[in-house]
Amino acid sequence: MALYHTDDQAMLAETAGQFMAEEGAIAKQLRHWRDRQCKDGFGHDLWKQMAEMGFTGLLVPEADGGLGMGNVEAGIVLEEIGRNLTPSPFLTSSVMAAGALAHASAEAKGRWLPGLIAGDSVFAVAIDEGPKHRPETIATKAEKSGNGFRLTGKKDFVVYGASADMIVVAARTSGSDSDEDGVTLFAVPKDAAGLGHNSVRLVDSSMASHLTLEGVELDGDAVIGEVDGGRSVLDKVLDAGRVGAAAEGVGVARGAMDRTVDYLKQRKQFGRMIGEFQALQHRAAHLYSEVEIARAVTIKAQQLLDGGAENASLMASVAKAKVGKTAQLAVQEGVQMHGGIGMTDEYDIGLYMKRDRALSEFMGDVYYHADRVARLSGY
Amino acid sequence: MADLDAFRAETRAWLEENCPPEMREPVQGEGDVYWGGRNATFKSDAQKAWFEACRDKGYTVPSWPKEYGGAGLSPAEAKVLREEMAAINARPPLSSFGIWMLGPALLHFGTEGQKKRFLTEIARGEIRWCQGYSEPGSGSDLVSLQTFGEDKGDHWTVNGQKVWTSYADKADWIFCLVRTDKANKYQGITFMLFDMATAGVSTKPILLISGNSPFCETFFDDVDVPKSYGEDIPAQVGEVNRGWDVAKYLLGHEREMISATGGGDRATSLGAVAARNGTLDPVLRSELALFDIDALSFTAMSEKFLDEIKVGKAHPAQPNMMKYAGTELNKTRHELLMAAGGSTALEWDSEETRGGARARDWLRTKANSIEGGTSEVMLGVIAKRILELPGA
Repeated sequence: MALYHTDDQAMLAETAGQFMAEEGAIAKQLRHWRDRQCKDGFGHDLWKQMAEMGFTGLLVPEADGGLGMGNVEAGIVLEEIGRNLTPSPFLTSSVMAAGALAHASAEAKGRWLPGLIAGDSVFAVAIDEGPKHRPETIATKAEKSGNGFRLTGKKDFVVYGASADMIVVAARTSGSDSDEDGVTLFAVPKDAAGLGHNSVRLVDSSMASHLTLEGVELDGDAVIGEVDGGRSVLDKVLDAGRVGAAAEGVGVARGAMDRTVDYLKQRKQFGRMIGEFQALQHRAAHLYSEVEIARAVTIKAQQLLDGGAENASLMASVAKAKVGKTAQLAVQEGVQMHGGIGMTDEYDIGLYMKRDRALSEFMGDVYYHADRVARLSGY
Repeated sequence: MADLDAFRAETRAWLEENCPPEMREPVQGEGDVYWGGRNATFKSDAQKAWFEACRDKGYTVPSWPKEYGGAGLSPAEAKVLREEMAAINARPPLSSFGIWMLGPALLHFGTEGQKKRFLTEIARGEIRWCQGYSEPGSGSDLVSLQTFGEDKGDHWTVNGQKVWTSYADKADWIFCLVRTDKANKYQGITFMLFDMATAGVSTKPILLISGNSPFCETFFDDVDVPKSYGEDIPAQVGEVNRGWDVAKYLLGHEREMISATGGGDRATSLGAVAARNGTLDPVLRSELALFDIDALSFTAMSEKFLDEIKVGKAHPAQPNMMKYAGTELNKTRHELLMAAGGSTALEWDSEETRGGARARDWLRTKANSIEGGTSEVMLGVIAKRILELPGA
């Protein structure tokens, strides 16, 4: 498969790009909701519009009412979300939770998917149990109770958790905390008794929850995939989250770089445009080169994931790590090259820096994925 | 698609039959590379058999037209062949500046007569070429070159000096930039082809920090270059005084070629290789993992770049970015290999280290970001031509 977008994908990129630049723009969404201290941190109207565009059900199979597309297409939407810093539950709902639901019962699909596709519901995923991403360790317990389960534990960094109609929770049904087997995924409805949220605003103005599960009672049909055999589904959800977050990060990097390059062409100092200075030209050119490479490996990982390739999971980590490094470079160079004005709230470049920091932690940072690449490569 | 599948099966069977096991082992140094030419010798029977099989099949230059010694493969077929060769770690049957540099320029600018003669010779490995670009005062600023060819009617008389001429002492012919009009900086350079055995041509190897001397100084002392080698075979490529167009086109190919070295042995994780020497220090392990991430990412970029070139989607200045990123990556690779190798990697002449190959390779890579345009020149081109930053 050629490593660039097909004509159909290029058309989607154009549509998504135009939509996000108009409807998902920083002033219209991120600043708007931030300045109103919105409890959700994103706009439900925009989510509804995204449903009308077909984005919400992009990855849902056609048989279930979606568009049946892949990670490449989801990545196209995410890159535009990243570029415009559009606050949206797209990654957690349409990519990760929808990916998990693909392994759920027909009843569960019927219960949750129509709301997602229509833009009436949003979903979250609850995996992390601490300030750093360690999906190898799951301590939250799910004990058999009647014909269902009883969940006890706590989850952190549940993005838009308090706004979610359903949360995919990874819990342990047997074995010890770091066992591969014994993990089960559950679809937990927001009104489940015993489910508690402590929702906090993050540095990038998004909202995330500390979730408490105090004897949350669930029916047997809340199980996604196999009891005790949830790790394989979890791994798929994680890989989709990794390449999805990478795609959004590419958008953040490109958005920051484009603004910075534009600024270099406008700002005068010492009677010259600062873009004429070789010290800045070389750094901008290096940044361009890194962004291109990060984008290439992200598309590669998306294609491998869609094709079910053996090395897809390794490349998902490579992409997440490479984008993490690159987007960090892009926002740091962006703020520095903007000079004093880059430190002001009025200018958007600082918003890119904040978003990058949050996105970099989501689904594992550079260090987590570098370690994972080493382990998967046998050292 | 079905055709391509059939081609893949056919190619796999052909490689199975024709690529000897010894040619599926990694290259262990300069002696393992076959460069062709008048005085070429084969290191082994396997090397000879592999070269001849490929030559007869057109696989020394798979995508060149059949009438010039190629196999006439479509881009998709050429990719299949590359993939299948990579899958069995097949060595290139022939290494040649003729293939990488002069060939593409002749395909683009050459006359039919030039193509028939020179491309066929290149494809068959009969003539080894070297490139006469840089001069002592003209490195990255190539258009300042001084070597002068005086018009003597039916021939030019060339005087001057070239430097960094790779393998000039082993080459049969040279493709050479010669100033033919002193008044015009850009449009006064001619791209000439001539025999290194011509009277007045002499070479002197330059010893490098690696202890090797792949480069030469090349001197032209009243060298008479005929204007024609036969019907429709002029000595110059493109028009007289318009050699800069050819050189620029060719530099693009050179940068692509050098950038292709960036990933090194891409199938192998550098961290996994380093770990064979024993336990890694945790900090070195981190550096290796971060490197592997960069290397795998660059490999994806190379694939994307080649795919985009095929359909004309790549920015014309993109080879500069590939060259920059690839060569910087290669330098880092060798720094890490030295660190992972420890004291063994320092050995300069022991048999176990194949004559200090790792140290010599490490030193050799330092030239990557200098030759073919320095990293700083590449960054300047990206800034101006891709990012369109001001100031020419």
